[in-house]
Amino acid sequence: MQKQNRRALFEQAVLPHLDSAYNLARWLTRNEQDAEDLVQEAYLRAFKFFDSFHGTDSRPWLLTIVRNTYYTWLQQKRVYEFVTPFDDELYTTGDESSDPEELMLRLADTELLRRALEELPGEFREAVVLRELEGLSYKEIAGITHVPLGTVMSRLARARKRLQQYLIGQKAKEL
Amino acid sequence: MNCDDMRRLLDGYLDGELDPIRNLEIEDHVQECASCAQLLKSRQALSSAVSGSTLYYKAPERLRKQLQTSLRKAGKGPADRPLMIWRLAGIAAVLAVMVLVAWSLVRMLAFASPNDGLIEEVVASHVRSLQAQHLVDIVSSDHHTVKPWFDGKLDFSPPVVDLASQGFPLAGGRLDYLNNRPVAAVVYRHDKHVINVFIWPSNHTVTADPQTVNRQGFYVSFWEKGGMSYWVISDMNEQEQAQFIKLLRSQT
Repeated sequence: MQKQNRRALFEQAVLPHLDSAYNLARWLTRNEQDAEDLVQEAYLRAFKFFDSFHGTDSRPWLLTIVRNTYYTWLQQKRVYEFVTPFDDELYTTGDESSDPEELMLRLADTELLRRALEELPGEFREAVVLRELEGLSYKEIAGITHVPLGTVMSRLARARKRLQQYLIGQKAKEL
Repeated sequence: MNCDDMRRLLDGYLDGELDPIRNLEIEDHVQECASCAQLLKSRQALSSAVSGSTLYYKAPERLRKQLQTSLRKAGKGPADRPLMIWRLAGIAAVLAVMVLVAWSLVRMLAFASPNDGLIEEVVASHVRSLQAQHLVDIVSSDHHTVKPWFDGKLDFSPPVVDLASQGFPLAGGRLDYLNNRPVAAVVYRHDKHVINVFIWPSNHTVTADPQTVNRQGFYVSFWEKGGMSYWVISDMNEQEQAQFIKLLRSQT
């Protein structure tokens, strides 16, 4: 009886955030099947550790577990996602404003936009997903990704710059 | 405000994360500076395009159903961490919920110690170490190789022990930074799990008796012994973690 209640409580509090969990998983893994597996595993872990959740909104907590599970899983599979080294200031800041009409055109191309986001390195991609798609605050993003607030802002800035440059054809110099 | 400041604060402004004074400064600057105005417009357009619903992946319906099934199964089995309180309550659902809430509060208060910030740091370090290529700086399963590797890199000599025959092979070591100081990270594996053992000279932030908490899906254990603070974090289950700690403590 009690176990049913725990499950009922969990379903009520955490299952509504399934779309958020799947969306993050899908953008992290960039693969439909992996995303589903990741969500399954993350939910089971969340259920197991539900007692340690004390708060009112379980969405950031759940997304933290999705993200942690993803990196644990990466490590287990010995699959390495390259973390971008810091010297990506190879961009000339001057080029940012060039061709605004072209940018507007490209922004209307959903598939191009999707590819641009997919191509972003992990830590930039997740910042954009959490901010733009999940609408989380910098503070919440900082909590989920375990970095200071300033880092969240600078990652978003660099992510958006890269997106823009990808869209108008100035691809990032890969290292 | 100049253009450099503007570029730096642009995203914070767009995301509504700046204070009102900064907002005004930016708006003033943008009225006078055409190129920054254009930059803002472009960035805004980009942000809007990305956050529009077209890039959002909703969960497929079958996933929802599959989840409900697997949760039902998980709920039916013996609870992984049977809380005495559940068995004692045994009565109305409402009472059980109230007790759960009180229990969580008590646990939260018990651990709202100076360690809370440090626990967060440890979790963050653990997750970061799982990301690309930064699990270990010295790759070796031989403690005779790993222990001396720390010489000259740290002002103390961390104990590194061999637990391979008990199922916890050494993966290697690396330097890390916790509690405002450089620390040793000795990494073990168990099946597919990664175990980070952080060690540094004791500064009495932890007790001699090991304590274990769970945070965001990881078990975090800490104690001090022989003048060293030990922090162990992994995604093993509670029993495996307890076994690892027992073995580690018996040899250090």
